[in-house]
Amino acid sequence: MIYREAGQFKMTYASDQAIFPIVQDRWLVAIGIVAAFVVPPLVANEYWLQAVLIPFLVYALAAIGLNLLTGYAGQLSLGTGGFMAVGGYAAFKLTMAFPWLDIIVVFLLSGVIAAGVGLVFGIPSLRIKGFYLAVATLAAQFFLVWLFNKVPWFVNYASSGTITAPNRAVAGLMVTGPNATAQTRYVVALALVAVFALVAKNLVRGRVGRSWMAIRDRDIAAEIIGVRPLQTKLLAFGISSFYCGVAGAELVFLYLGSAETLAFDITLSFLVLFMVIIGGLGSVLGSFLGAGFIVLVPIFLTNVPHLIGLPLPVALQKQMELMVFGGLIIFFLIVEPLGLARLWQITKEKLRLWPFPH
Amino acid sequence: MSNILYGVFLAPFKDMAGSPAFLAEVLIGGIFAGLLYSLVALGFVLIFKASGVFNFAQGVMVLFAALTLVGLMERGVPVPAALLLTAAVMLALAFVIERVVLRPLVNQPYIILFMATIGLNFFLEGFGEMLWGANVKKLDVGIPDRSFIVAGVQINQLELFAAVTAAILVAVLAVFFQRTRIGRALRAVADDHEAALSIGIPLKTIWVIVWAVAGGVALVAGIMWGAKSGVQFSLSLIALKALPVLILGGFTSIPGAVVGGLIVGVGEKLGEVYWGPLVGGAIENWFAYVVALAFLLVRPQGLFGEKIIERV
Repeated sequence: MIYREAGQFKMTYASDQAIFPIVQDRWLVAIGIVAAFVVPPLVANEYWLQAVLIPFLVYALAAIGLNLLTGYAGQLSLGTGGFMAVGGYAAFKLTMAFPWLDIIVVFLLSGVIAAGVGLVFGIPSLRIKGFYLAVATLAAQFFLVWLFNKVPWFVNYASSGTITAPNRAVAGLMVTGPNATAQTRYVVALALVAVFALVAKNLVRGRVGRSWMAIRDRDIAAEIIGVRPLQTKLLAFGISSFYCGVAGAELVFLYLGSAETLAFDITLSFLVLFMVIIGGLGSVLGSFLGAGFIVLVPIFLTNVPHLIGLPLPVALQKQMELMVFGGLIIFFLIVEPLGLARLWQITKEKLRLWPFPH
Repeated sequence: MSNILYGVFLAPFKDMAGSPAFLAEVLIGGIFAGLLYSLVALGFVLIFKASGVFNFAQGVMVLFAALTLVGLMERGVPVPAALLLTAAVMLALAFVIERVVLRPLVNQPYIILFMATIGLNFFLEGFGEMLWGANVKKLDVGIPDRSFIVAGVQINQLELFAAVTAAILVAVLAVFFQRTRIGRALRAVADDHEAALSIGIPLKTIWVIVWAVAGGVALVAGIMWGAKSGVQFSLSLIALKALPVLILGGFTSIPGAVVGGLIVGVGEKLGEVYWGPLVGGAIENWFAYVVALAFLLVRPQGLFGEKIIERV
């Protein structure tokens, strides 16, 4: 009853193809965005912003990027960490070379650079598919991380080998660096994620997204009906890497503050892939749900033993964490292989009839 | 510019020709490393052939087997009994995996099964360390580890032993697959699940057998790796090294896994020793992937993989 689209007539094609065709969805998204901008900076403390909300937003952006590539275009990639590293290091080099450049512009430019790198590593996708492609993208992961580790130019010859976010302000407000408050960093990350999530939503409903899905579902048939595989796949790699690159820049500048290549190793690639799969392949909402799940589970697992008054030794706790994490992933895949986004869909279908299901 | 060209195309070969004994040592080191990669890759191939599952947890299975073996030996179990017990543990593990992970996920897309094995990877890693502790352990099952010199080339007994073991293992697996009833059933399942089911081959039993065999291969690989570099967490990372071996050899071919392993092992060592210094070294991590990638562009199904035939 609450969620009923009866009476909402589509008078034009434009309204029929809107990003959110149903009024309730539009309200929900609008309220959600406003609430996300207003509530956490007012109520959340430093710990919540720094340890939960900011990483959540950063990972959500990366997950949307990977979801465009894997969920929509069907190209399995394990190189996410590498592409995020490109974003992070590009942002560092750019802002050090051009300190007057607006940091938001720097983020976007580093996304563009990551997109270029993604295009190069996307070329093999034309000939190889499935797991062969996944392993091929691992080449990108290892090569890029090795490159940033080996060439001191990327860290401006810092002897520590780390890149550190300098102080940069936007419109008088310190956005990155040690002097930026968690609130500001949160709002900047949120703004970027909100814009790019809407862009992604817009992309996948249009011609580009449809050609991606055609390639994903049956590439040869798609080719026959006139989808050009080379351009389509490369576009998916490029746009996905752009998202990952911006997320990588955010990871360094808004979340960690400073980073070395270890932050971008293969674990990060798997983490983002988990988010996409647990959240739901081919769903922008799922990317958010998956990122939330993966960020919250470790925090939950660390705190539960304390809450029930059973403090465990650190080593044992670490091992338990691994076990529970692995177990939960298997459990979720068995219970709902289509991901958390599917659960939300089911909820919506129930809400449509509620409270009179028959 | 000419310096770079010289460094890439001429100097390495001059070095090789200049000291053949050293080249032979590098080659032998490469072959040994390659055989160990093949042992891990074999486990992947077995499972992929029979169930179409890309088992990412194979590396952790190697670690888990080695940890169990060392743990048992540390508690005073004699070597042969410890080996048998570990084999039994791997068999039990195969049962549990089939029952808990694979059976509920039958008919799911391949990526879901792949993710499930990554979950399994995490679980086994935590479980193994919880049972047996996380510190580095020395594994000594009585393989001699002395070196002797043949024609000016140093050869390590352990490496020789590993090579012979790998050869025997591959031969046994080949006979098992080609000559036994179960092997025939395995090949039937690999060919076509539904057809195999319809003529009465029990799919679930076959999967348990395959995972158990892969567990056995993991045990052998674990012993070799453990004897070489100690039993520790980094052992699980060799799974990542086995992946380029797989794409070189093809996901479905046992000889492919061996040949691919040798190519990767030798190529990696040659690249590291002769070309690595040009770019600052430590290229072992990605060199194999780039070789495999270049290779894939020419032959997308690997050296011995089944030709991919596609139709609408």
